[in-house]
Amino acid sequence: MTDKTANTEEMSVYDELPDVPPKKKIRLTWVGKLGVTVVLFWVIMVFIGPYIAPFHEADIMAYDSYMPVWSKTEGEGFHVLGTDYIERDILSRILWGARTTIGISFLATVFAYLIGVTLGIGAAVAGGWTDMILSRVNDAILSLPSIMLGLLIVVALGTSIPILILTASLIYAASVFRIARALGQDIMVMDFVEAARARGEGMWYIITREVLPNAIMPLATDFGLRLVFVVLFISSLSFLGLGIQPPMADWGSMVRQNLEGLGYGSYAAVWPALAIASFTIAINLIVDDISASEGGSLARKMI
Amino acid sequence: MTVLLEVKDLRIEAPKKDEPAVKIVKGVSFNVKAGEVVALIGESGSGKTTISLGALAYTKPGLEFSGGEILLKGEDVLTMEPLDVRGLRGNRVAYLAQSAAATFNPALTINEQVTESAVLHGVMTQDEANTRATELYHALELPDPERIGFRYPHQVSGGQLQRLMAAMALVGRPDLLVLDEPTTALDVTTQIEVLKAFKKVIKEEGSAAIYVTHDLAVVAQIADHIVVLYAGEVQEQGSVDQIINNPQHPYTKRLMAAAHAGPKPGMGDRLSGDHHKDIANIEVKNMTAGYGEIVDGKPAITVLRDINMSVKNGHVVGVIGESGCGKSTLARVIAGLLPPAKGDIILDGNILKGSYKQRSKKELQRVQFVYQMADTALNPKQLISEILGRPVEMFQNLRGQEKRAKVAELLRLVELPVEFENRYATELSGGQKQRINLARSLAALPEIMLCDEVTSALDSIVASNVVKLLKRLRDLTGVSFMFITHDLSTVAAFADEIVVLYAGRIVEQGPADEVLAPPFHPYTRLLISSVPEMRIDWLEETMKKREMTAGIARGVEITDVGCPFYNRCPIAISGTCEKITAPTYELKEDHFISCHHNAAEIEAIEKAAGND
Amino acid sequence: MQRMVIQRIIIGIITLWVVSVLVFVGTSVLPGDVAEIVLGQTATPETLAAYRAANGLDQPLYMQYVSWLGGMVTGDLGTSKAGGASISSLISGRLGNTMFLAGVVAIISVPLSVMLGLLAAMYPGTWIDRILTFGTLTLISVPDFFIATFMVLIFAVNLGWLPAIAHISPEDTMWETIRASAMPLITLIIVVAAQMIRMTRAGILNVMNSPYIEMSILKGVPRNRIIMRHAFFNAIGPIVNVIALNLAYLVSGVVIVETIFAYPGLAKLMIDGVQTRDLPLVQACAMIFCGTYVILIILSDVAAILSNPRLRNPK
Repeated sequence: MTDKTANTEEMSVYDELPDVPPKKKIRLTWVGKLGVTVVLFWVIMVFIGPYIAPFHEADIMAYDSYMPVWSKTEGEGFHVLGTDYIERDILSRILWGARTTIGISFLATVFAYLIGVTLGIGAAVAGGWTDMILSRVNDAILSLPSIMLGLLIVVALGTSIPILILTASLIYAASVFRIARALGQDIMVMDFVEAARARGEGMWYIITREVLPNAIMPLATDFGLRLVFVVLFISSLSFLGLGIQPPMADWGSMVRQNLEGLGYGSYAAVWPALAIASFTIAINLIVDDISASEGGSLARKMI
Repeated sequence: MTVLLEVKDLRIEAPKKDEPAVKIVKGVSFNVKAGEVVALIGESGSGKTTISLGALAYTKPGLEFSGGEILLKGEDVLTMEPLDVRGLRGNRVAYLAQSAAATFNPALTINEQVTESAVLHGVMTQDEANTRATELYHALELPDPERIGFRYPHQVSGGQLQRLMAAMALVGRPDLLVLDEPTTALDVTTQIEVLKAFKKVIKEEGSAAIYVTHDLAVVAQIADHIVVLYAGEVQEQGSVDQIINNPQHPYTKRLMAAAHAGPKPGMGDRLSGDHHKDIANIEVKNMTAGYGEIVDGKPAITVLRDINMSVKNGHVVGVIGESGCGKSTLARVIAGLLPPAKGDIILDGNILKGSYKQRSKKELQRVQFVYQMADTALNPKQLISEILGRPVEMFQNLRGQEKRAKVAELLRLVELPVEFENRYATELSGGQKQRINLARSLAALPEIMLCDEVTSALDSIVASNVVKLLKRLRDLTGVSFMFITHDLSTVAAFADEIVVLYAGRIVEQGPADEVLAPPFHPYTRLLISSVPEMRIDWLEETMKKREMTAGIARGVEITDVGCPFYNRCPIAISGTCEKITAPTYELKEDHFISCHHNAAEIEAIEKAAGND
Repeated sequence: MQRMVIQRIIIGIITLWVVSVLVFVGTSVLPGDVAEIVLGQTATPETLAAYRAANGLDQPLYMQYVSWLGGMVTGDLGTSKAGGASISSLISGRLGNTMFLAGVVAIISVPLSVMLGLLAAMYPGTWIDRILTFGTLTLISVPDFFIATFMVLIFAVNLGWLPAIAHISPEDTMWETIRASAMPLITLIIVVAAQMIRMTRAGILNVMNSPYIEMSILKGVPRNRIIMRHAFFNAIGPIVNVIALNLAYLVSGVVIVETIFAYPGLAKLMIDGVQTRDLPLVQACAMIFCGTYVILIILSDVAAILSNPRLRNPK
């Protein structure tokens, strides 16, 4: 033991230098922070929107349709963003619509992730025939245009919110499967997974403790992008009249219902479209900001 | 001699948001005279690569110059206009990177990349550049110099790529070469070849060079002047003769001590009496292994052929050979990670199943495999307490407080502070990670540890500390080791027995001091004489020896019949060696050689060549 | 290398087969009895049974599948249940329109977006990159129906330059066709190009972290050559893949655009088929879409294999 203390004393003069810089935390630029702010705003609206909205989403004011911004009606109050094609308050409908559009999309994305990640990581870990069959079926689903597939399912099963969520989650589970499987395969060939297998760890431990923790960050970034796709998908279905049914407010169908107004110079269709855009752009800004801090730095060294 | 490059009080730092910048280079000054080779030596983290890149007015992303100047022929490169900087790079100062395999663009032919900078900088036309490149291929002794330039990088070997990169740097006749660890990733046999070519070309071209490395023995061969760096500061600088033969600074002395002494007869850690029972702990019998479909005990791609060896209780068996000889595969087969195509693995007299999946928990526990790269072997998302705690839980059946105590004990065993249990592996240095890697295997309370190149990725000082640790562990725990490496000096310092592998076959095995002493198998001799020694002129002396001239550069060929070493062997018997598999005979007790020459013949040949 | 190409083609064929099963089973669960829809409310049980027998609807599902698949393979797409017309004739006209739309969009947007993507990658962090990144980010974030509506608002309503509805008939001259389809063309070019610019940029910047790029910087290679010669050749695989996916989208995913502009394309035909429960029509369209997708993906995989020097020039 005396030998050891002498050794450490000698070592302390020229300690082994750390050859890996400490990991950088993710830092957002102001663009990313702006994105976070907007997303947070809408998330709060999902919860409190209906309570702070001046009117109910289905309230028909019986005054005038396509009223311009900042209109005042006798005894009814302000219509900050005007009224729509059947005389409903647009601001209120947008606030109510946040719950429908974002809420449904979020749930669908979560389910898509539950299905896609489970099957994708499962296929990567199991390999062999399981992987082969799952991948081919997945390819087949991906090869069908998502909006077509959505139409088919909605027509077959009818339009209701649970079916809408189910449809979107099934369709987007296919792309999540692809990503999760690719990530899983990359991780499965790492030495630490082999080490775990070689000491006799079971599938469950390997998936939950070795593979998933390493896949979480890339999957989280992808979740943002996927949520954007689902919002756009649900809005498109609504736009086609196959999504959320009236009188419930949702941003996609609000655009469709008020399209005609554009011809008369009403912005009734623009506000819900802006609501969609602000939410999806904000998410994309965050995702872009995170991935920008990871790579591309060498490119700036070019002369 | 005129001063070509003057580095004055150079400072480089990594700026941080909201916190003070991290200083990487803290005021370094040195000169490079025309035609002189200056070596920057230090461990990783010493800032040596960062400084050398400064000569190209370049910093890695995330770093920036914060002070000082770098004068090339009196002109400060740090204050140059962007366009002038572009004219500097590749033209007046050329760079050679550590891994040619990564720095050659896989999508372009070799010639296009070699001639690119000279043509772009307007130094010569494409035709002139092509001619010049071919001349350099000749000078660098590359095979098929007229046509090698039309190939793609993946079509030539690593050692050849490294020399091709030298051609890429030299084609435009730069004033200064920056060589960044250009031989570190190579086998000793390839390294000597590349070193020789570099030295010759540098002399012929008369260009000055900055040579970055952590290997003092290499520096002794090629440098005129040495700058010793630690943590971004110069510790000592002087002529190569002064630094090698009369180091002043304590850090230089430490570096010298850690540097390999070169394998010598009698160096082996021959077993002393207190090593217990000479019972084979693990035995490999007539084993053949490889990849692909197995037909009649023969895999599609054979990696190992007819392997017979054993590791006795408490012994350390070193397995050496060049990359691709199958040494890692041998350990993987024993660990059950790759089931053999033929033959048996025997643990304490019981035949083990080929795959780990069929082995019992007890068997898995007794044989532990230690991976080469701690970076990939340790889960970056797990705390050290889980990495070490999990095997403790599984194999020692301990939970809660007992488990924590065990993890602490393991950390102490590998000489790391107990607080490390709350860290992630990514927060540790290379040597610390490797210690955790070892501790994880120790947590299983194994009887034998299969260490796959565990010191290869480490700097010399760190590596020698890890070897010290391994020795201590062997004495403390009585674990047997199979120690795989391509570095003969490490093996010589640690192993009781040595197994020499070549192209999937064992060519020699026996007690360490006997393997390291003549008569040698011709391949063992090649390996031993390729390890750079810490003396100036070693390279020249060695190159004159006949081993070096007998086709050393030729690649390893895995053959079905005959002796695989045939095409590189200086004493090959034409008509026999390439056709008939070499017989294995016992030279002395427990010392086996596979060669068509018998012991007396080998000794006679050695004597005649004056090698002893 | 040949083996890899053949492997990809075989996987593609298997995928197509799985698609056929999914499409067949999927459309079979569409509610409503075909015979009832076709013959209407007045049909007697006898006429219904006769219709079913004539069309093989009384056979077990797998037998129906086999005869359907046989028809698909031999090019006999069957007859439309709604109008009684042959599906081949229904589809051929629409397919032409869709191919015209997809073709023109591809010819303009592919070179445009690859160029802009390379430009953004060449000057990362500069204003030109910022504009392109933010602009395309905005465009991929807003729904395509919004972009389409915006187009109508500007070009048809406010400026009155272009017709809001794309009336196309075979008698039109080339100029009339282009004028009539200008709005859907512009909309699609914007939507598709935004996606491709982003992916091209990302593909190049992904390669830009490689040591060989650092080497080319240290060799004093100018930025345009680094991008065009060193990075682009290594990023061809992912870029071609993105192009293939977007072309597949042009053939099949343009439902919204075709609906807004009433463009008589294949996607619109399928939607109509879904609404009238015209199973054979829906199945045929679905198979065409999936076939296009699978073929494009195979082509892009083969292009990736061919552009890989390791596979093109074996040791």
